[in-house]
Order: sequence, then C-alpha cells, then structure tokens
Amino acid sequence: MTAAAAKKHDRTPRIGANPRGVVLGTLAIGLGLPSALFAAVLVLSPVTKPFMIDAFIRNVLGQDPATFGYRNLLYGLSVAILAFVLINFGAIVSGMTVWWEMRVSSRMQSRVGYNRVGAGGFFQWVADAVKLLLKEDLIPAEADQLLFRASPYFVLTGFALTFVALPFGESLIAADLNVGIFYLIAVTALVVVGILLAGWSSNSKWALFGGMRSAAQVISYEIPAGIAIMIPVLMAGSLSMQDIIRAQGPWPWQWFLFTNPASLVAFLVFFISQLAEGNRTPFDLPEAESELVAGYLSEYSSFRFALFFLVEFGNLWVMAAIAVTLFLGGWQVPFAGPELFAELKGTGGMPGLGWWALQIVSMGVFALKTLFVLNLIVWVRWTLPRIRVDQMMVLCWKYLVPFAFVAFVATLLWQILLVQVPVARPVTGFALVGATAVVAAFFIRQTRRNIAAAGDRVDLTNW
Amino acid sequence: MTTDGIHERLKAVFGDDVGPLSEAKMDAFALVKKERIVEVCRFLKTEPGLELEFLEDETAVDWPKRNVIEIVYHLLSYRHRHGIVLKVELDRAAPVITTVETVWKTANWFEREIYDLFGVDFTGHPDLRRLLLPDDWVGHPLRKDYQDAGGWHGISSFRENPLVELRRLDEVRRAEAAKLNPPPPPSPPPAAPPAAGPAVPPAKA
Amino acid sequence: MEKLILRRVGMDHPDSEEMILNFGPQHPSTHGVINFIVETDGEVLKKAVPDVGYLHRSIEKIGEGVAYPGFMPYTDRVDYVAAMFANEGYALAIERLLKIDAPPRAHWLRAISGELVRIASHLVSVGTMAMDIGAFTPMLHGIRERETINDLIEELCGARLTYNYHRIGGVAFDAPNGWRDRVLKFLDHFDAFLVEFDRLISFNEIYIRRLANVAVIPGALAIDYGLVGPNLRGSGVDWDLRRDLPYGPWALPEFREKVKWSVPVGTGFMGTPGDCYDRYYIRCLEMKESSRIARQALESLPEGEVMAKVPRKIKPEAGEALGRVESARGELAYYVVCDGTEKAYRLRARTGSFTAMGIIEDISPGLMVADLVALIASLDVVAPEIDR
Repeated sequence: MTAAAAKKHDRTPRIGANPRGVVLGTLAIGLGLPSALFAAVLVLSPVTKPFMIDAFIRNVLGQDPATFGYRNLLYGLSVAILAFVLINFGAIVSGMTVWWEMRVSSRMQSRVGYNRVGAGGFFQWVADAVKLLLKEDLIPAEADQLLFRASPYFVLTGFALTFVALPFGESLIAADLNVGIFYLIAVTALVVVGILLAGWSSNSKWALFGGMRSAAQVISYEIPAGIAIMIPVLMAGSLSMQDIIRAQGPWPWQWFLFTNPASLVAFLVFFISQLAEGNRTPFDLPEAESELVAGYLSEYSSFRFALFFLVEFGNLWVMAAIAVTLFLGGWQVPFAGPELFAELKGTGGMPGLGWWALQIVSMGVFALKTLFVLNLIVWVRWTLPRIRVDQMMVLCWKYLVPFAFVAFVATLLWQILLVQVPVARPVTGFALVGATAVVAAFFIRQTRRNIAAAGDRVDLTNW
Repeated sequence: MTTDGIHERLKAVFGDDVGPLSEAKMDAFALVKKERIVEVCRFLKTEPGLELEFLEDETAVDWPKRNVIEIVYHLLSYRHRHGIVLKVELDRAAPVITTVETVWKTANWFEREIYDLFGVDFTGHPDLRRLLLPDDWVGHPLRKDYQDAGGWHGISSFRENPLVELRRLDEVRRAEAAKLNPPPPPSPPPAAPPAAGPAVPPAKA
Repeated sequence: MEKLILRRVGMDHPDSEEMILNFGPQHPSTHGVINFIVETDGEVLKKAVPDVGYLHRSIEKIGEGVAYPGFMPYTDRVDYVAAMFANEGYALAIERLLKIDAPPRAHWLRAISGELVRIASHLVSVGTMAMDIGAFTPMLHGIRERETINDLIEELCGARLTYNYHRIGGVAFDAPNGWRDRVLKFLDHFDAFLVEFDRLISFNEIYIRRLANVAVIPGALAIDYGLVGPNLRGSGVDWDLRRDLPYGPWALPEFREKVKWSVPVGTGFMGTPGDCYDRYYIRCLEMKESSRIARQALESLPEGEVMAKVPRKIKPEAGEALGRVESARGELAYYVVCDGTEKAYRLRARTGSFTAMGIIEDISPGLMVADLVALIASLDVVAPEIDR
C-alpha cells in the first residue's frame, strides 16, 4: 500500500487534533441549536398572546376575531407550539448543562473528559440519551406498576411547568403571571412528589431510603427558600417575575443582591436551599452514589432514568434562572432603560426591528448571568463533600431558617429606611459591589498563589 | 524481656502445664495443655511485666501423621516489645478447645476462621459459624485430607486442562459443521488444475 | 438455604419487624466485595454484621502446593493494593528459615519501593474515602499522582499492581538508569501536591464534620481487637514495626543512621482521638513521612548486588518462622511451617484488614448509615486481605 493511501486509511484518533470539520460542525450546532430555540422562544412568546392572534386573524386572515370559528383552535394551537418549544428548550438546555458540568468536572479533576462525540465532546449527551432510549426498560416485578411508571412524569411536569414563567427577556416570557415567583415555587414542589413516588414504588429498601431522605430534604428546604424569596418580593413589591426584574437596574450596584445588605444573606440562604432542592452536592444524599448507589433512582432504567436525569440537570438551569431573576437583575441590559424599550416598541401592530434586536440582547444578558450562576453550582458540586442527613436537617432548621427570618425583618426595616433616606440604596449598592470586588480580587490572588505553591500553573488554553 | 524470660515466668506459675521452650528453629514455641490455655493467656495478658496485650495471630496447623491439630498463638506486647509463641495440641478426631475470645477480642474472627477451615470447635465462642466459606459448605479445606466435593450447588469446581478442553471443543464444532453441510460427492478432478497453492494475498496490500 | 448470619440481626423468625438491608457485595463504597447485613431503625444502625468470603481464593492452601519461590506471585494477590509489602513479608519469613540475609542494596531498594507503594496505597485509601464522603475530585487527584508512582515502579520491576519484585534473598531487578533521579523529581512534586490535597479536602469543614467524633475506637479497644497500622496509630497507640521491631532494612544501623523519620500518632486532630478523622489524617501524614524516607534512602543508596546467593532448590530445614512487615494496612505477617521439603507445610498470612473487619460489628450500633460508610473507609479494608 502506498504511503498516501495508508495515511488516508489511517483512522487513528489523535487526541486534541480534531479535524476542522468536526470543530466547525460542533460549533455550528452547539451555538445554532440553542440560538434557534432561543429565537423560537423569542418570536413565539410575544406572538402567542390573544391580542396578537386576534391581530393575526384580523389582518392576515381577514376575518372578524369575535366570530371566527377557529379562534379557540388557533389559541390552543399557538399555546401548544409554545409549550412544545419550551419543553424542547428545557431538554436541550438540560443536555448542554450536562456537557458543561462534565467539562468543568473533568478539568477540575485533571482528566481529559469527553472528547469524542463532537469537538470537546459536545454531543455526548445526545449519545447518552440515544443509548438510554435503546436500553431495556426494566420494571421490577414487585414494584407498584402504576406508580413506578407515573413518577417520572410528575418530575417532568414539575420541571416543564417552570419554563412558563421564566423571564428570558424583556417581553420574552410565556406567561407573565402576576404570581410568577409563587407559581414557580409551587410547581417545583411537584418534583418531590415524583421522587417520593419513585422511591416508594420501586419496592426496594435502598430506593426507599433515598426517597425518604429526599422528601425530608426538599420539604425542609422549602422554608428557608420561601423566606429568602420574600425579600426580593418585598423590595420589588410584586410577585410577578418581570416586575421584580424591572424593579432592579442593569448595573451590579442596582441589583437586589447589592442594594440591601440583608439580601446578600438572603441570596446565600436561597442558593444553599436551591442546592438542597435540586439534590445537588453537598446535598445529594438522596442519590448518594457511594451509599445508596443511586438512591431513589436505583431501579429505573432506560428512558425513565433519562427523564429523571434530564430533570435533574435542567433544574440547574431553572434554579440559576430564578436566582438571576430575583437577585442579579434578570435580563436588564446596561445602558438600556425601560424608556428605550418603550420607544423602540412603537405603537400598534408589530414592533420594529430595533425592538427585536434589543430583545435578543436582553436574552443574551439573561443567558450569560444564568450560565454564571450555573457554573457556580457546578463548581460547588465538584469541590465539596456530602453532608449527612442529620447535619442537613440541623443546617436547615437551626441555621438557615433563623438567618432567613432575620434577613426578612431586616429588609422590612430597610424598606422603611429607604423611604426616609432614598440615597441609602445606591450608596449600599456601590459599597457592596466594591466589597465584593475586593473579596473576589483576594480570592483570585490567593488561588494563584496556591497554584504556584503547588508547582503548577494556570493553563486556560487547554480546551 | 526475652522469650526465655517469659517462659520462665510461665513455668513458675503453671508448672508442668506449660511445656519446655522448643529450640529456636526459627521461632521458639512452648506447648501448653489445652485445659489451661485460657488461664495462661489471661496471665500473660494481665501480669505486670509481661502484658502481652496483642494477640498477633491465632492459627492452626494440621498434622495428620501425629494425629493432632495444633492451635498456634503468637503473642506480642507493645509495651515491652517482647513476644512468645504458644501451641496447643488437639486430638484430630474431635478437636475441641475453649475460646480465648474472653481474653482478646481479636480471637473472635481468628477462631471462626479456624473453625471454618479446620473444623476445630471452640467452646464458649459467642458466634461460631463459618467465616470465609458459605454456611452449607461440606468439609474443612485446610485439613490435609480434604477432598474437594467437586462443586457446590451445581457449580463445578473442576476444570479440565484448557489445551485439552479447547481441542475437544474444536472437534465438537467441526463435527457439527460437518453434519450441517454434508461434504459434496466426490467429482472427477478437472483436467488441468491451475497452480492452486495457498491463497496468494493480492499484491496491493 | 437459611443464612446463619441473619440470626445476628434478629431476623431468624418470620414475623420480625426489623429493616434488614444488604450493603454490598457490589457496592461502590465497600472496598472490594464485602457484604454487610445491616439492621436499621430509620437512618440509625442497630447493627452491621460483615459477611465476608466473596474473594476467598484459598491462597493458604495453594501455598502448600507450590514451591517456595513459586509462591511469590501469589503473595501479590494477598493485598493487591500494596503488594510490595506482601512480597517482602514472605521473603523475610523464608529468609529467616534459610538463615540468609539480603545484600544492603537490596534492603535499600526494598525500603524505597515499599515506601513508594505505601504512598500509592494511601492515595487510594484517602481518595476513596473522600469519594465515599461525596467529594469526587480528591480521589482523581490522588489517582493522578498514583499513576506516576505506577510508572516508576513499572520501570523498576515491570508491573503496575502485582509486582512480584522481591525474591527470597533480595530483589529481582536493580534500579534502571536514571530511575533515582526520576523518583526524586516525583517526590519533590509530591510534597507540594500533599499541601494542595490537604487544602482541598483535609481541612474542609463539611469533611471534618462528617468524620470527626465518628466511630471512636479508643486505644485499648484497638489493641484488644487486633487493629494494626494506621488504624492503631489513629487510636493513639504509638507503635510502628519499622521502628519498634525492626526488620530487613530498618534493622540495619547504616540505614537507621541515614534515614530519619517519625511516626505520626492520632491525637484527636479535629475531634476525639481514635475517630475516623484521625485514621484518615494519619494516612496523610504517613504519606509525607514515606516521601521523606524514600528521599533519604534514595540519596544514600549503596552500590552492590541486589540478590544474595540462594540455593537453587529452596529447602529449608524443618522449622517455622514468622516474618512481619509494616504494610500500608498495618502488620502483615507470614507464618511459615516447613517440614524439610520444597513446599511449605503450612503458610499463613495474617493481615491487617482481617482483624479490622472484626471490630465493625461491635462499633456499629448507634452509627448512621453514612457513618458506616465513613467507618469502613477509614479502616482501609481491602477484600483480598480479608479473604485471601
């Protein structure tokens, strides 16, 4: 065989040397797919409102909306399409969160990580999903047949319903409920029902252990989470997600996180509680791999397992999104106040191109902030060990709940203070941002020193 | 204190129940009468100056020629850094001895292992059941006259020599293939068979 | 077939109401195939009874069937996580019977390879312990370091796990060219790594909370139950065979003069003496000491042969001997009875993990399930040592 032919047939994979086609293809799909979904959400969410449908019927179909026989059908259809897009968005986002988490974890653990399916192993989650679909669906003979089959759907419902009220952008929310955040808390509690059912119906002692632990954990941590959520609600004066975001500003010193010392505490309480609600380390007792193998998931295989996994990772996104909405200013774009949005929207009919562009920017800001918080959650998972059940309960009831209450009362007083001394708000904002920046600088400096002391160096090119 | 010193103290208290110290080939040991073993052990553990608080090893050796099973105790003292080896001889037909678990808790698992692998009965042991082998195993493997039962619950414990086995499997496979595709009836050979040597690989590769 | 072990957990009659669980034998956190029958009352254990024997390979019986030199590879399998010590103990026992002594260079190489393997074994131990407690990252960092050690030992003797390196009368191979410098370079890096490792996990608040004051084993109880090695030292007993009953290299005056080190003892670093944290942290400290020992030994490595003159057929005269070494898991002793033939008459391996299992049943009442995991991990039991 000639040398050229031999080289052509040589399929030895070279680690780190992806053919350009693969890299470009991965980038294309990796950026394109979420962008397409974002775009779909972008377009559909303002469009699938009754007045828009009426305008569509009136202008495009030339019929009178009041008497149009298929109006309800069109309403239903538009909602169905939006729901479909949102669930897909949830699933895709969950898959990409898996990729990000595995990537970060592999770097933290000094491993190469995923690197086969797509550049940087980007499509590994697709391969995993396909693999899970093709597995044998085992249902233990002793398990409760109906509940065993039903529990993944409780969990999936609880997860999917949250996307209805997540504010992706200035007008990009499927339903701007006036009880937005309250609805979200209520709906995420469905997940605990699913977990309990899964643990119970598996009819396996280890699964039962996992289910009980998880129920205790999630229900307990609803309390500090709920109290911590009240603080931005108090500061904004409304439960609606968009209102809470609009009450903040685009710059860090205008975020709720920094404009009120008590809300810093509230953010920490909220963050810890959300980790516990999402069964994330250090609170991953229900699925403590080294103790219970997979806890409540032990008996699940194939697609049902995939559903649980999808929800667990998608929940990271939801948690991060809620944290961003409440404390980090949501989609607020710097230099773009509400006047700019109103001006670009114009009056009547469809808004102009500038408005759409600004929506995209606000969506990008939201996504970036959510990714930042998501990275924080992933980071915490791969650093900290797991706490024990009784320590978890003690932490919740003896530490988080009192802290949350104190923060709540402090916020009440703060709101009163703000009425008297309105300048306290920006002053605190700047002060806390400054303090955070100093702490971050110390942290980075100390990290660099630690790395140098270990004889290593930071290598950011190692992707 | 040396082993000789410990032995002298033992002899002083127990007299003839403790045998003489054997030659050091390489470890010297002393035979103890089996009825007094627990007291000897307790004495060695608690006596100030001796304080052999660590039961390093307790095991058994099977001597079918002498018709005894020996239980061997290796004792060590952390405080004084000395040690001694004691042996007890048991009748091979019915090996029974009192447990020393009351003196050192370590003996619990050691004696369970001896029971499992040698069949020695320890009176007074709180939980004498097999340790390494399944509960319904028959026989005591470390005895010299142990015969393997050939299997356990249908899982065979004998395997023929792999070379022989694989050759036999090849024969079986060939016979089955021959049965499925009966060889073609012999036909007259062609007139001028081409040079049919072993297949020549194509020149390309 | 009724399992007799169930009687220990009160489950021998049909209408008992305890919740009995099987913890193993396949389980991510039992170190090897070990089964525990666990009787719980909610999260709190009433009793955890170990059920061993899944890895019983009758190595002691095999020892009666192979010649003395031929048994060396089997000793690797007695403890495959720290196989050097298993080799060394057996070689020592037979050398005592033959009344021969290995040459100095062999002794030095025994010490160096032993300490490197001790580091490797402790890395696995503390890494898997951290993983059992839920921190996944430290284990992989430990494994990364262990890879380098495996590579170094592979250069030395050709194998990464079951070394078969020691021989009766010395060691099999001499150190290759440049090996000494490579090991010293690794040790420099390793000392810095230990600091980073400590910062990552040893002083982590959650980790300390999980391990401190959990499953306290007082010193007297540890001796009574026959715990050895880091378990014993973690309970406060200052005993190390290398210093107190020296053998092989540790008994040579030149070695003792060139190699200075200390024995870490548990003093309740973060809680009570004898808790899980002590046993864990002792291993971290021991890794540091091993690095020290290896470095000093490498710098003072004498020239010479690596194997003594040993008869072709090894037939010691009738007698018996006990050869003990301080393995990563504590005292590993081989009791060899020979009757003048080429094969041993009785060959017994007394291992540290065996007696460590014996204590679990009596310490477990009152622990939580998560603490049982911590206890098993802190005792550093490996299944091959228990079952042989």
